[in-house]
Amino acid sequence: MRLSRTARAVLGCVTAAGLALVHVPLLLVLLNSVNADRSFGWPPSGLTGRWWRAALHSDGARQALLTSLWAGLAATAIALVLGTLAAYAVHRHRFFGRRTVSFLLVLPIALPGIVSGIALNAAFRTVLDPIGVGFGLFTVVVGHATFCVVIVFNNVGARLRRIAPSLAEASADLGARPWQTFRHVTFPAMRSALFAGGLLAFALSFDEIVVTTFTAGPGTRTLPVWIYENLARPHQAPVVNVVAALLIVASVVPVYIAQRLSSDTAGGRL
Amino acid sequence: MAQTETSSRTRTTTTAAAVRLEAVTKDFGAVRAVDAVDLTVHEGEFFSLLGPSGSGKTTLLRLVAGFERPTGGRIELAGHDVTAMPPNRRDVHTVFQDYALFPHMSVEQNVAYALTVRGVRKAERLARARDALTTVRLDGFASRRPAELSGGQRQRVALARALVDRPAVLLLDEPLGALDLALRQEMQAELKELQRTTGITFLLVTHDQEEALTMSDRLAVVRDGRIEQTGPPVEVYEHPATAFVAGFVGTTNLLRGEAAVRVVGRPGTYSIRPERILLADPAGPADPAGPAAAPAGSPAGGRRTVTGRVTDVVHAGAHTRFTVTLPHGDRLTVHRQNLTGLPESARPGGEIRLSWDERDAFPVPS
Repeated sequence: MRLSRTARAVLGCVTAAGLALVHVPLLLVLLNSVNADRSFGWPPSGLTGRWWRAALHSDGARQALLTSLWAGLAATAIALVLGTLAAYAVHRHRFFGRRTVSFLLVLPIALPGIVSGIALNAAFRTVLDPIGVGFGLFTVVVGHATFCVVIVFNNVGARLRRIAPSLAEASADLGARPWQTFRHVTFPAMRSALFAGGLLAFALSFDEIVVTTFTAGPGTRTLPVWIYENLARPHQAPVVNVVAALLIVASVVPVYIAQRLSSDTAGGRL
Repeated sequence: MAQTETSSRTRTTTTAAAVRLEAVTKDFGAVRAVDAVDLTVHEGEFFSLLGPSGSGKTTLLRLVAGFERPTGGRIELAGHDVTAMPPNRRDVHTVFQDYALFPHMSVEQNVAYALTVRGVRKAERLARARDALTTVRLDGFASRRPAELSGGQRQRVALARALVDRPAVLLLDEPLGALDLALRQEMQAELKELQRTTGITFLLVTHDQEEALTMSDRLAVVRDGRIEQTGPPVEVYEHPATAFVAGFVGTTNLLRGEAAVRVVGRPGTYSIRPERILLADPAGPADPAGPAAAPAGSPAGGRRTVTGRVTDVVHAGAHTRFTVTLPHGDRLTVHRQNLTGLPESARPGGEIRLSWDERDAFPVPS
């Protein structure tokens, strides 16, 4: 399609404005984390490393970061196993109710988090409480896993659709036993999809706040929950900025990698 | 001489068929893809399953490979019942239509795969993979990825991969379908040559009658999950057992009912190959470019003569295709080699005389 000079200029401006709208606030967070002015006055009165030092020594933030990491890793691990198995079942086998299962699997990500949160909260209260399992990290992991499974399921499913079924047949045909086929052919072809799915699942779990609020016990604070609670406290606000800045850096990298991997059509580079 | 005869007889009695299907049936839900098929492929034979798409020929191949379990019947390889055996335990390799090369492996790793999964030492399997690549004239490509190869080269890699450990039977599923005409003809010759030199039994599935006719020692025409006819190409072409075979293997003029009485002079269903019909000017001599075996007035058999009007002329390279409409509207297709001496009236609208040896109008069960 050929565009006129004016059209191109206008589209360029709109695009730039749109991108700026999204990314300037992020830059602001980064800047404010080194802003010497406690109330984030503009322009910054000076640069300081005080907040970064304060954040490093904040027990609350460190504890919350650990909780988030554990929750994310555990939920991702569960999602990788269940999501992969589910994708295999749905994409490589024909059985009664296949479409229904596929729909039910994807549903949690479409549901508003608040609904999932309330539902899980009620379920845990009626089922887990009586057997002595209280709200805590475990319930957060289960809550996160419900939507992390979907991410892996979708990623692996998309890859399975692209891998010709004849590859596994060719492997068996050439004498490979089922586990050899998995090891030499299926897994290598899936590897990057698993990695991308796992990264996205982890990222999703890491910044989840709604479901977390409803499934975490009083003592369990993930990083987003901690940030939310401390944002309102004036003397903690600069530390929150530092944590947010850290998170920006920490999420850009995996998302970039995940995108590179899922657009890799050959699927075998990793 | 007598000795040769004895040994060949011994061979036929002791050697089991390479592939034997006994009343094999395969249902997919309510659809019967293969219907009580009996089939024997001899050892060292180049055998083709020829049929239109959806005829069940690929399902037959997949049953032999073990990717599908038959609903009923029995499958034997070299005399052993393999009906319930998984594909990895059958001494059979497949060249897939889409080649199914492993994209994350090099050409060499692809070719060596059958050896890798059997635990052959690395040095030996690399040496054998290189040998196999030499056989298909792909030396120097060992470290490439499949994505870096052309269609014809991928085809060769697939062949090398399937031949590397010399299976008893090689199954080929429309292997030349994705190649252009020139390459396809080149590969036809190469496949035939490869089969001759390796002595491996080839079982090929194709919808291309020319491919089946040129390469096979024997072929089976498949239709609606059943085998219509089995035999050497010449026999199937010259003596089709059914009207379907006559129409599918080569082109033919099929005449039935009233038309048969009008054109052939007898009731029934008849097939006349277009190249067996001679063109001549209504009053002139017979076409000098016609088959030498059947000159006009030859004492060999009676000649049937009809006249009609040329309604279409298509130049098809080596021959020209004439469509001639007879007085009652019956149409005959005539193929004439592009030699000199074309009858004057062999042009659109021309009145023309057609003749053929009566034995060339052979009856086919309809």
